[in-house]
Amino acid sequence: MSMILLSQMAPGQKGEVKDLSGTGDICQRLLEMGITRGAKVELVRFAPLGDPIDILIRGYHLSLRKKEAEAVVVEVG
Amino acid sequence: MTDSTLLQAEFPTRTLTVALAGNPNSGKTSLFNALTKLRQKVGNYPGVTVEKKEGKMTAPAGPRQLSGDSQTEGPEVSILDLPGTYSLAVRSPDEQVARDVLLGLMPDTPKSDLVVCVVDASNLERNLYLVTQVQDLGVSVVVALNMMDMAERQGKEIDLEKLSRSLGCPVVPTVASRNKGIEELKKVILSAPRRGGERAWHMPPAMEECVAELRQLLMKEHGIGGRLAFSEAVILLSKEDLSNEPLAQGSPAVRERLSSLRGRLTQLNINWRSAAIEARYAWIQSILKEAVHQSVTRRLFLSDRIDLVLTHKVWGWVFFLGVMGLMFFMIFSVATIPMDWIDNKFAALADLIKEAMEPSDLRDLLTDGVIAGVGGVVIFLPQILILFFFIGLLQDTGYMARAAFIMDRVMNKAGLHGKSFIPLLSSFACAIPGIMAARSIEHPKDRLVTILIAPWMSCSARLPVYAILIATILPAAAPLQKAGIMLTMYLLGIFGAFAAAVLLKKTVLRSATPVFIMELPPYRLPSVKSVLLQMWERSFLFLQKAGTVIFGLSVVLWALMSYPKHSGDPTEALNHSFAGMAGHVIEPIIKPLGYDWRVGIGLIGSFAAREVFVSTMNIVFNIGNAGDATEPLLDAFRKAAWPDGRPLFTPLSCLSLMVFYVYAMQCLSTVAVVRRETNGWKWPLLQLFYMTGFAYFAAFVVYQGGKLLGF
Repeated sequence: MSMILLSQMAPGQKGEVKDLSGTGDICQRLLEMGITRGAKVELVRFAPLGDPIDILIRGYHLSLRKKEAEAVVVEVG
Repeated sequence: MTDSTLLQAEFPTRTLTVALAGNPNSGKTSLFNALTKLRQKVGNYPGVTVEKKEGKMTAPAGPRQLSGDSQTEGPEVSILDLPGTYSLAVRSPDEQVARDVLLGLMPDTPKSDLVVCVVDASNLERNLYLVTQVQDLGVSVVVALNMMDMAERQGKEIDLEKLSRSLGCPVVPTVASRNKGIEELKKVILSAPRRGGERAWHMPPAMEECVAELRQLLMKEHGIGGRLAFSEAVILLSKEDLSNEPLAQGSPAVRERLSSLRGRLTQLNINWRSAAIEARYAWIQSILKEAVHQSVTRRLFLSDRIDLVLTHKVWGWVFFLGVMGLMFFMIFSVATIPMDWIDNKFAALADLIKEAMEPSDLRDLLTDGVIAGVGGVVIFLPQILILFFFIGLLQDTGYMARAAFIMDRVMNKAGLHGKSFIPLLSSFACAIPGIMAARSIEHPKDRLVTILIAPWMSCSARLPVYAILIATILPAAAPLQKAGIMLTMYLLGIFGAFAAAVLLKKTVLRSATPVFIMELPPYRLPSVKSVLLQMWERSFLFLQKAGTVIFGLSVVLWALMSYPKHSGDPTEALNHSFAGMAGHVIEPIIKPLGYDWRVGIGLIGSFAAREVFVSTMNIVFNIGNAGDATEPLLDAFRKAAWPDGRPLFTPLSCLSLMVFYVYAMQCLSTVAVVRRETNGWKWPLLQLFYMTGFAYFAAFVVYQGGKLLGF
């Protein structure tokens, strides 16, 4: 078990959200979209130019930039 | 007819107002269309550029009534399609409108008696989040469990009764795109209880206490009801930035209490930012665990397999460029067929009137003012229709989100959002639909930047101007050379726009890098009906908004070019008209760019629509009824000279003129649309000045620089 940032995950890698380090509206938006502590998350792919990323969370696909994904701490197996 | 029936007919005593709330991509609009058929009207909420869609629900099919009186079939039901939102915590204009309507705070919009929450059954967890927020408001709720077919295909079995019991409200399964469950939903809308249920989700005890304390204070300070106060208390306590929260801004007591409550929660090791959100999701998970069973687990759904190709490093680009190429081929090639047809019909109509009427001012007003004006609007309709058809298709299939996903990195370089891509692309056809399409960008500043730079995408009205000038410079050039110059003009516009975006983001519209948090909805087969409906609605808005401006300006310009009256040939008459005088007046200003007063008249005429340049030049150089043939005008251009005999249209002055057309804001209908979309004159005026100023500068540099270099 190790902790990494959501932005550092590899395509196909799965994990569990442990913490959101950010503050402000962006953080609240991520929370409301379902990236809360304990939620299962999978990094599906990177966009063709490497950014943003496509993640699977709560059964749906969400895309966000790596910069935003840096606020999310994930525990991977 | 007795007095009482008369009264009933005039004032339907029971009108039920129903609001449709739901996430984007939940099929809310399909459901709205299914409930109302085509009995709907589209407008705007006052003061904001959020679309307001209203419709009348058709009566549920049932046992045929013996009397044909529709009043006996139930009350009239008015349905309001709220903007699609993920939350009601108020950050975007869409969320604000949805919340205000639900609370009955929106002027001209009655408070709804019932809220139908449309949820995507295949994506329940996140969709139910909004439902919990709507329920907090204490309104009466019905849940429409839409896209049931998708859920079934994913192997999800949903126990409707359990779900309804846990949510405390009726739940109706529907497949709106295929008209399934609509009759059932109508019956439930008519019979559902008109009161909100109790709140079923709970936060950690300490958080509950703090919310309760804040709720009491809000009730006392602002005199609001208990349910609303609770909902506001949860939002205020969880929200970092309170600058847009009137309940906090208007009361120091509330702000003080907020900071003391947050301090208390932090000491108890409770994260006040996330506690309420986590509690909602925890509750949703617990009820879904009971009500939903996943029978088969298939890892890759069809949509995921499509994405393997369409967001692939190589194939993703191939498809993307293919789609965009097809769209432009349709707009610039296929659309010219109906455009030529429209052009001919209007010309024929003008000829008809010219033959039927005696020469008079009225006749000229009709043919050169009114018909030319209406024709100038209608001629763009084929391009606009095709553009909106494609945008609707891309949106309905879910590819639009992928286009933003693919392009975000590029747009990000200019400080823009992936979603700016479609508005900018649309602007190559016409800036007006492009600016209208910018509504999909949530953040107001990002939206504004997109609107401000959109007219620098070379629109189709510039094409005839580029074409005639290129033909003047290079009479016998190979098509490839011509295309090269044309492409250069497009690129100049694009680079200018990106540079302006960077500059704007660093100065007047300084803001944090735009947030890109966007759902990638599953691919869906588009419904032809809904795509065509969207296409029609938006095109109608274009005709209405831009059409009236273009038409009015055409008449004004006609008057400027016709008065004061002067006998003699048309060229002489124009020379002595107001427009001719204006051309002479601005000649000293435009001379450094290489243009004389005759070109000046063309520039003035272009303010109605740029392509008017060509027809104005036809009058200026006294080309009679040349029709579509450009040869006579080209000939005149080559012979045109300054008083001292130097040729007027040198390669350098043509280039300078083209550059001027790339950058100048010569489109008053765009100014009018920007005024509408930004709710004021500040931004359109700024845009008019910075664009035209830069156009002057760029054309000056081209002409004077070229001369210095010896061209």
